[in-house]
Amino acid sequence: MKNFSNTYIFVFSAIMVILVAAILSSAAMLLQPKQQKNIEIEKKRKILASIGIETTTKNAEDLYGKYIKETYVVDVKGEQKEGLDAFSISMKDEMRKPEENRELPVYVGVLDDGRKEYIVPVRGTGLWGPIFGFVSFNDDFNTIYGTNFDHDSETPGLGAEITTQWFQDEFKGKKIFSSDGTFTSIEVVKGKADPNSNNQVDAISGSTLTSKGLEAMLHTCLSSYQAYFKKQLN
Amino acid sequence: MKEKEPLFSTKNLKLLTNPLNEDNPITVQVLGICSALAITVKLEPAIVMTFSVMAVLAVSNMVISMLRNLIPPRIRIIVQLTVIAAMVILVDQLLKAYAYDVSKQLSVFVGLIITNCIIMGRLEAFAMTNKPWPSFLDGIGNSAGYGIILVIVAFFRELLGSGEVFGFPVIEKIGLYNIGYEDNGLMILPPMALMLVGVIIWVQRSKNKELIEEN
Repeated sequence: MKNFSNTYIFVFSAIMVILVAAILSSAAMLLQPKQQKNIEIEKKRKILASIGIETTTKNAEDLYGKYIKETYVVDVKGEQKEGLDAFSISMKDEMRKPEENRELPVYVGVLDDGRKEYIVPVRGTGLWGPIFGFVSFNDDFNTIYGTNFDHDSETPGLGAEITTQWFQDEFKGKKIFSSDGTFTSIEVVKGKADPNSNNQVDAISGSTLTSKGLEAMLHTCLSSYQAYFKKQLN
Repeated sequence: MKEKEPLFSTKNLKLLTNPLNEDNPITVQVLGICSALAITVKLEPAIVMTFSVMAVLAVSNMVISMLRNLIPPRIRIIVQLTVIAAMVILVDQLLKAYAYDVSKQLSVFVGLIITNCIIMGRLEAFAMTNKPWPSFLDGIGNSAGYGIILVIVAFFRELLGSGEVFGFPVIEKIGLYNIGYEDNGLMILPPMALMLVGVIIWVQRSKNKELIEEN
């Protein structure tokens, strides 16, 4: 093999690194708007999925405009905050803040039959990484109308099952306040949930930690909305 | 100037077909096992992974082969790794922009293509000493060989582990659950992938005695 001088090696690596950096950063810059769009569309699809509306990547934008009539931001005391765009708020950042500083988005969906559903985002930690989703409530601000959950890196076939329809459907009709009005959130029960219970759902077998994470996520996020929910009723 | 070789000469075709069987990267060279464990729970990600690896391997092989006389041997591994890493990031970015759903499914595994030993193995063993076109074919051939094993393993894991093929509930439709059949949860866990690869190696070697290693 040829012998290369040190200078050659330095120049070669410098040129290579600069070239690669240029290619990658221009690719990232060119593709970013498209990627951003994908993320937005996905978020819209999830919001709609939580009120049971099926979308495709293509019609998500239109359907979002059709069904989501109103969005606003509330604080932990249930007061509406002005001048904020609910859609652009990231729950990831909000959940890191102390509770009293959180800006909490609410999406109001109007179904075909005119019923109003109130959709709130939730975010927490599963076994390997973040889990997140949207929960929609009937206008009694207590009964869950639908849910949509997703995850970044839960085990396929186990924790990743939180994205399945059967699991998400379990939450339908469950209540987050007990009959005397105390906040109970939803319990994810290992084994068999009590079929008569208003706030228990079956966990996924083999993924105790993801199920527990989901339970904790619902508890922390929904409890921030407590004041808002109660205020709406009075 | 040598006589020009046809694009698909017998020698070049062998580069494509050999890795499918007697020179398979997973079952014969025993490379890339790690990712074979991780992404073979279901068929769909396994197939997308195959195509991603194919794009990365074929292009990196070609780039390295074009540069092979310019790369200083002392830093060749670093150069190879830079090319692979750049390609993987490009593929990842493209998937995020144009095949968002798929890229979500593969999540971290796209990034982990960088660590797939098959890729560095082919760059070091083949591309550094061969011309770009054969290197390109070698890349396609090897990733296809890798993909075949992934698909076989994923097929059995999905079928026996979750009772589905491509997400279609086959076992349920046949009605096996009604007579007491249950999915094998172990199939979903990584160790079963290793055992399945073991079974494939066994079957392959009992058919082709030449592959049996001498101790």
